Amino acid sequence: MSILINQDTRVICQGITGSAGMFHTIGCAEYGTKMVGGVTPGKGGQTAAGLPVFDTVEEAVAQTGANATMIFVPPPFAADAILEAVDAGIKVIAAITEGVPVLDMVEVYRRVRSSDSVLIGPNCPGLITPGECKIGIMPGYIHNPGKIGIISRSGTLTYEAVWQTSNLGLGQSTCVGLGGDPIVGTSYIDLLKLYQADDQTEAILMIGEIGGNAEELAAEFVREHVTKPVAAFIAGATAPPGKRMGHAGAIISGGKGTASEKQAALEAAGITVAPSPADMGKAIQQAIVSAS
Amino acid sequence: MKIHEYQGKQLFREAGVPVLDSRVARTANEAADAFKALNVPVAVVKAQIHAGGRGKGTIIDNPSQRGVQLVKSADEAAEVAKNLLGKRLVTVQTGPEGAEVNQVFVEAGCDIARELYLGIVLDRGAALPVLMVSSEGGVEIESVAAETPEKIFREHFHPAMGLQSFQVRKLCKKLGISGTASRAADVFMKRLCQLYVDLDCSMAEINPLVITGSGEMVALDAKITFDDNALFRHPALKELRDLTEEEPAEVRAGNAGLSYVKLEGTIGCLVNGAGLAMSTMDIIKYHGGEPANFLDVGGGATTEQVVEAFNIILSDPNVKAVLVNIFGGIARCTTIATAIIEASKQIGISIPLVVRLEGTEVEEGKKMLAESGLAMITADDLTDAAKKVVQAAQNA
Repeated sequence: MSILINQDTRVICQGITGSAGMFHTIGCAEYGTKMVGGVTPGKGGQTAAGLPVFDTVEEAVAQTGANATMIFVPPPFAADAILEAVDAGIKVIAAITEGVPVLDMVEVYRRVRSSDSVLIGPNCPGLITPGECKIGIMPGYIHNPGKIGIISRSGTLTYEAVWQTSNLGLGQSTCVGLGGDPIVGTSYIDLLKLYQADDQTEAILMIGEIGGNAEELAAEFVREHVTKPVAAFIAGATAPPGKRMGHAGAIISGGKGTASEKQAALEAAGITVAPSPADMGKAIQQAIVSAS
Repeated sequence: MKIHEYQGKQLFREAGVPVLDSRVARTANEAADAFKALNVPVAVVKAQIHAGGRGKGTIIDNPSQRGVQLVKSADEAAEVAKNLLGKRLVTVQTGPEGAEVNQVFVEAGCDIARELYLGIVLDRGAALPVLMVSSEGGVEIESVAAETPEKIFREHFHPAMGLQSFQVRKLCKKLGISGTASRAADVFMKRLCQLYVDLDCSMAEINPLVITGSGEMVALDAKITFDDNALFRHPALKELRDLTEEEPAEVRAGNAGLSYVKLEGTIGCLVNGAGLAMSTMDIIKYHGGEPANFLDVGGGATTEQVVEAFNIILSDPNVKAVLVNIFGGIARCTTIATAIIEASKQIGISIPLVVRLEGTEVEEGKKMLAESGLAMITADDLTDAAKKVVQAAQNA
């Protein structure tokens, strides 16, 4: 098994006729994802990337049986697109769009959490179950089917972690990029629950960064509810306070959200923390060895 | 995006949030005129810079002059303005170089009965904006939170519904506010929360918030930060941006679609992706070096962007060596290699350049760099790259 997505997941792309949407729809289909259609309001009836385009998500679901979506619509329309996917009953929504106003996400977050849908992102690379289904912008070939579940707030840093685990022969069950914004649809804890219950996942690698306290909450959850080995890395130990480091959510404000606080919380929960980003693979390997 | 106090107070006035009568002055004469126009016995002259801590901050080379000063005549207002304008004010938030004062704010004095703190921020955990008030006005909220957290009271509100009256009543009860002042608080707090939502703020802070002798509630300060991602729906707010308050290299990077933060070290970094860019800084430090910057060229970096990124990094005189760390995903290594070669031709990089490429089309990219004949140090992995660049910077 894996979490959230697998070989049977049927995926549409919202914003398929835009350049990014088209490019990544093709990329995902080439990887082997069951891409079944796309949505662009006003362009229903056309085809894009060899797939049917619909005006509404409701119609796309009715016609294709889609149960997942990948969103590339521009920031002013992203909240609308996510809510449309929730309304249509889509189970897994990956919002790749960067730059969504945070107050839009306040309401979107509430509606998603009171529905049966799972929202990954926004401002994220997406998610992938290696060898089965890729929904997002990550380079597929660095992944190998395997036993590590990877959760991250970052994009390329996740690729680095995937690469390191692949080189160690560990492979990944499912990798999820949570997104770099202050409010994202899914938390570390949501995924820790899924990985804990997933047979294929034997160990979990968490990649965090400065800003907020999601990692601290996750550490607390791991201490109480996760029996599988967990390792972590926190980016931004050298980041100055009060400065946004690329991601809207990566900021130390009021002296809170520092890397050292997060590392301490993770270590206190028995999680193996990699001291350097080059040691993420080694850290998860070490966590597995010391647990066995 | 940050704005000045005087701009924030104008927005408060437009939203019906009570502020005192005031004028902006850019010369000593204007300050004198402002004092006369206010027609009050006492006014306060306040340096306008984005950083906080102005009241305790002092002017470089003139440590007796603070950033905020009481004046009792037009002459005195002019004198203080002269001491502030065109000078650099150093506060706990500016760093030792301070920030230049280009305008002062002359504001009527008032009869202060009580000083409170009020702030609105996003509570990421609750995914809602939160109004925070404290009885400790004039004190930095961080120190109140650290020393006497029981003196901070919070109420969350939903953007669509706004703050409710019962929430204000709860806060007033805890702060010991009653009578006229509690009615003033209802208007004040609800309007401010509405402003926070209407203008897509990421922070609105008033410290101190004042209750006057007659029970009015007045904003004595105004510190507002906007959500950059929402500025597209507020064209008028964009006009309030003051580029002189920002690091020139960061402005230049922003114009090129790059994310750049200047630091104090000697090793320049050029990376794709924010998380990897932060990690690259971290690993440089881990191996004994000091990063000179954060720089994320993004996923779809073009040759022009990479050239501009090199220009920005190399314009920092502290930079002794540069580390390029790319994990090609959507951005292919060949694109980056082309850009590095082009940048070297255009700019002529004379300091050591360490390049680590991984990911999509890595072999072709490495081959291109090797065949270019450029002097650069190649690295096989992150650790190797970090050690080599730290070594290169130390030898330079």
